[in-house]
Amino acid sequence: MSQVGTIFRREFASFFATPVAYVFITIFLVLSGVFSFFIGQLYERGQADLLPFFNFHPWLYLFLVPAIAMRSWSEERKSGTIELLMTLPVTTTQAVLGKFFAAWAVLGLSLLLTFPLWLTVNYLGNPDNGIIVAAYLGSWLMAGGFLAISLCMSALTKNQVVAFILAIVVCFIFVLSGSGVVLDAFQGWAPSIVLDTVASFSFLTHFEAMAKGVLALNDVAYFLIVMVIWLVANHMVISQKKAD
Amino acid sequence: MISVSHLSKHFDSFKAVDDLSFSVKPGDIVGFLGPNGAGKSTTMKMLTGFLRPTSGDITVDGLSISEHAKAIQAKIGYLPEGAPAYGDMTVIQFLNFIADVRGLKGDTKTRSIQSVIEKVTLADVLDRPIENLSKGFKRRVGLAQAIIHDPQILILDEPTDGLDPNQKHQVRELIQQLSKDKLVIVSTHILEEVTAVCNRVMVIADGKLRFDDTPEGLLKQSRYHKAITLHLSYQSDISGLAELAGVADMEVDRPTGKVTLFPEPGMDILHLVTEYIQLRKLPVDTLYIEQGRLDEVFRQITQQEVA
Repeated sequence: MSQVGTIFRREFASFFATPVAYVFITIFLVLSGVFSFFIGQLYERGQADLLPFFNFHPWLYLFLVPAIAMRSWSEERKSGTIELLMTLPVTTTQAVLGKFFAAWAVLGLSLLLTFPLWLTVNYLGNPDNGIIVAAYLGSWLMAGGFLAISLCMSALTKNQVVAFILAIVVCFIFVLSGSGVVLDAFQGWAPSIVLDTVASFSFLTHFEAMAKGVLALNDVAYFLIVMVIWLVANHMVISQKKAD
Repeated sequence: MISVSHLSKHFDSFKAVDDLSFSVKPGDIVGFLGPNGAGKSTTMKMLTGFLRPTSGDITVDGLSISEHAKAIQAKIGYLPEGAPAYGDMTVIQFLNFIADVRGLKGDTKTRSIQSVIEKVTLADVLDRPIENLSKGFKRRVGLAQAIIHDPQILILDEPTDGLDPNQKHQVRELIQQLSKDKLVIVSTHILEEVTAVCNRVMVIADGKLRFDDTPEGLLKQSRYHKAITLHLSYQSDISGLAELAGVADMEVDRPTGKVTLFPEPGMDILHLVTEYIQLRKLPVDTLYIEQGRLDEVFRQITQQEVA
């Protein structure tokens, strides 16, 4: 377990040694502000909650999480450090987890830094802070789902751009699998059980209640399972294809 | 103790390593020689558990690498080809990271890092990001990383590639200092390196082991081993030299005027030649015994057609 911590510290520090974390956090804060106020009409709605803020998170994560995850494994492959890492007494599981938690921590930090919004609604009215905390947790969980997918895509290639695009595509499918764009492809030929299963993969559907502050067990479990499955896939990709 | 039996690695239809068997014991400093693409790096990658062999097995101290990879990797210090390192970290951060991963703690950790910094002289660049270092320093950081935990087994893939002569000398000295009771495998395509630091040579070509003996043994393979080269200050009749008993052949290098006499196998011809020179009062100004020419042996071993 201490090895996970060591990898975590290295990865976390590396986000801040390069401009990646700063750029990411800045863009995240600016965009979430813009979305909440100008598109979500946080102010004009006259309600003391952060629903407009959380509603845009799936769309923000769709581009930003692949961006922060794309270099994780690609860079190791490109610079050859994967050979160093994999010949140190670190198991693939420890490396996968260390990398995941480090990036997830950066995402968590970005979320925490949106606290001025929370201060704002508390200044303007009396929101239910329990709901807001729950929604924050839900958003962080969903970010973990995006992250696990993106890391797995990063493990597939040594080219960061390819990793980024693959991650966006797969994430996009997961975000929209409950909506017409994806379901239409199955409509008409697939049995309804397939249709329902595909629809139940949707990040949007599972996040809907969470954004309102309801942490239902099935939604929480859904995102945890997504993370586990993609991290296992990540592990398989790395152990099958270490070189090149 | 490393033993390798019938090791093969195929990339699709290409056989990078083909049925390699050997064993290495503590105290051996093995020079892994071979042309580019001979399978040296692939073999090293399998020895360190990075690549899985297509067939065959590697055991280290009785443990099979397919089952005990992590336990074995803890004993090994490895410098991969090109000395990869995390470029965004500073040298001291990187060494700290490696020490942590290697499980060094507290005083031991501080001492290990300190000693490794002295050994490879990194003190001046500790706070510089690795990506901004020169090639020589990067290579030294890679070496430092490999020896930080004082491993029993050291595997270095081209440790002197791209270094200047002074740095090469430094690295060779370092390897010699390290390897009192250790097991060292160094790959290189620099021939002098082998005679300078190793006590055993393995030549690999086309994924096969072509030669495995001491560096002296390698020199003995040379046609030039114990041959005598001499130079005359002015032209005189030397045809008699070739007629001497024990001299197999004579070659004259026209541009330099150097004459080389090749002995019959196993013959010592020095005294015969010197006697003849004195008898005929030949104007010899240079005379030396050849040790053997490595580049010639290397070509001979690695280019032989596979039957």
